[in-house]
Amino acid sequence: MNIHEFQAKALFEKFGIAVPRGVPAKSVTEFASAVQTLGDGPSVVKAQIHAGGRGKGTFVDGYKGGVKLAKTPTEAIEIARHMLGNTLVTLQTGPAGRKVNTVYFTEAVSIKKEYYLAILLDRGSSRPVIIASTEGGVEIEKVAHETPEKITKVFIDPAVGLQGYQTRQVAFGLGFKGDEFKAACKLVDALYRCWWELDCSMVEINPLITTGDGRVLALDAKVSFDDNALFRHPEVVALRDLNEEDPKEVEASKYNLSYIALDGNIACLVNGAGLAMSTMDIIKHYGGNPANFLDVGGGASKDQVAAAFKIILTDKNVKGILVNIFGGIMDCNVIATGIVAAVKETSLTIPLVVRLEGNNVDAGKNTLAASGLTLTTATSMADAAEKIVRLVA
Amino acid sequence: MSILITPETRVLVQGITGDFGGRHAKLSLDYGTQVVAGVTPGKGGQFFEHGSHKVPIFNTVAEAAQATGATAAAVFVPPPFAADAILEGVDAKLDLVVAITEGIPIRDMVRVKRAMAGSKTRLVGPNCPGIVTPGTGKDSNGGCRIGIAPGYIHKKGHVGVVSRSGTLTYEAVYQLTTRGIGQSTSVGIGGDPVNGTSHLDVIKLFNEDPDTWGIIMIGEIGGSAEVEAARWIKANCKKPVAGFIAGATAPAGRRMGHAGAIVGGAEDTAAAKIKVFQECGIEVAATPSDMADALIRAAQRLGAKLA
Repeated sequence: MNIHEFQAKALFEKFGIAVPRGVPAKSVTEFASAVQTLGDGPSVVKAQIHAGGRGKGTFVDGYKGGVKLAKTPTEAIEIARHMLGNTLVTLQTGPAGRKVNTVYFTEAVSIKKEYYLAILLDRGSSRPVIIASTEGGVEIEKVAHETPEKITKVFIDPAVGLQGYQTRQVAFGLGFKGDEFKAACKLVDALYRCWWELDCSMVEINPLITTGDGRVLALDAKVSFDDNALFRHPEVVALRDLNEEDPKEVEASKYNLSYIALDGNIACLVNGAGLAMSTMDIIKHYGGNPANFLDVGGGASKDQVAAAFKIILTDKNVKGILVNIFGGIMDCNVIATGIVAAVKETSLTIPLVVRLEGNNVDAGKNTLAASGLTLTTATSMADAAEKIVRLVA
Repeated sequence: MSILITPETRVLVQGITGDFGGRHAKLSLDYGTQVVAGVTPGKGGQFFEHGSHKVPIFNTVAEAAQATGATAAAVFVPPPFAADAILEGVDAKLDLVVAITEGIPIRDMVRVKRAMAGSKTRLVGPNCPGIVTPGTGKDSNGGCRIGIAPGYIHKKGHVGVVSRSGTLTYEAVYQLTTRGIGQSTSVGIGGDPVNGTSHLDVIKLFNEDPDTWGIIMIGEIGGSAEVEAARWIKANCKKPVAGFIAGATAPAGRRMGHAGAIVGGAEDTAAAKIKVFQECGIEVAATPSDMADALIRAAQRLGAKLA
């Protein structure tokens, strides 16, 4: 689960991580009081969406920049008016962009130097790793590729947690001295506590900055959480913004279905994540384009199959459906009955190819044959993919 | 032989009185697996009954292991309590703990993995379909089944299958069985980013097992475990190996069902992994329908037998 920058910074402050002063606003009426809090000087206006590249983004009406400097409070309000309710397109949003429902006003700070700091899981060692770099404000992947010597990595033993010498390794690695060194150590320590205590999957500060007046600040903040751990963090769940999620994905999660919208025209309904992924792959292999990833799980019920069909069909690009079920334990006849009910209920008119294999498959095939529905059956994944690609072409 | 488990392995089930655990304990009993104990705290002294089977339930894993001689556990405990259940099995010095539970917080698994360092217990999973060593009876009955995989699609034989994904494992096993090729053991290592046993761990076991003549390795996007295993195979394994990587069409940054199946950088894409497979002499299945045939091609190339 992801959250907005202004929410991430509020969390940071709770852990004692210094951030520039800022106030979010969700409506035009809140603008005046928000800028007043920051005082008369220059400020920065930041569109709040769950995607990076905001500064270089463009709004759909041609207005440029999702992060802008305002010299005066009046100008800040003017900029915010352009942003709020507008749709911002960045490299990460895709062409549809994201609607801006919150604008974040922050104090403008004088940047002395920019750094990069992040904590995430290192899969190789199964340990948290702190990644720090003197190259802030640019993509860390680029730094890792071009100048790997500028990256400091510190692995943390989960049995004892982050140690003082490791915090110092990070701060020295970034070249800090004197009071800035002390401030940086405090910040690294706090960031690790935030990552660990809130079950984050990643915290990223890019850039971390030093200011002319001697502060060490998180100028930006990106925080994402481990979905598996949300059950023990109701305060984090409260930060979820459904506006940032595909409505089809939200609907699917209500039925315990794992759905991800893609841009093709062949919908798929599959049991198991690995099989669902490779069903998308095999559609592509035979020249088609998958419209979605959809895993109905290992024990799908008739109702889940029906819900899955409805969600698939809300995607207007869908021109055909491929159902691929390997019923290991799950009864193929239950799935077949679910398919027949869903097809009738949705008055399906587009081509449907069904590949059933496994437990009680003969009964399942009989159910499909006896239903009188026009659907195509397939004997293998390859056969199914070839057929649906041909039917949709 | 086989790896990790044999038809004689004595198995206990943690969470046997739950809906999910109970259902699969019954299927394992039907398959002929030695399910000798159940563990549910507070229900010690009761019995789990299925047909003619009467499996004793214990309050703790240690008691269950001591009383029944169980050496392997299947964990069906819900996510908030699963890490605790795994560590209880480790404390009882079991040889093997297979964690089926899906949705365990990553932080819990980071701690479990650290706590297990130096212990004698091997963890398989979590978020995995488990392990099957097929038996000699009808539809491979009489084998050892720990977890949720369908036993009946197996056939006793000499191919090892290792995969992150349940249904893809079944797909591979089924393709082998329908071609008359049996399996020594099939192992689902699970789709989470932090797991107990890696592709490489299983590949090493298959390599050492004289009864495993060929290997199918199924991977997916995310992480570098498949790549490490492939490099080891190139240097150490003389047996025919076929590989498949799921997720060639998955967009970067989106988690594909499995918590671990997410493309982070250039190195963990399907294309990058497939390239390494090819460089390491692994016969790559072009599609998931091609997994068994890819292994047959690999065996023919080496003049090796699979059955």
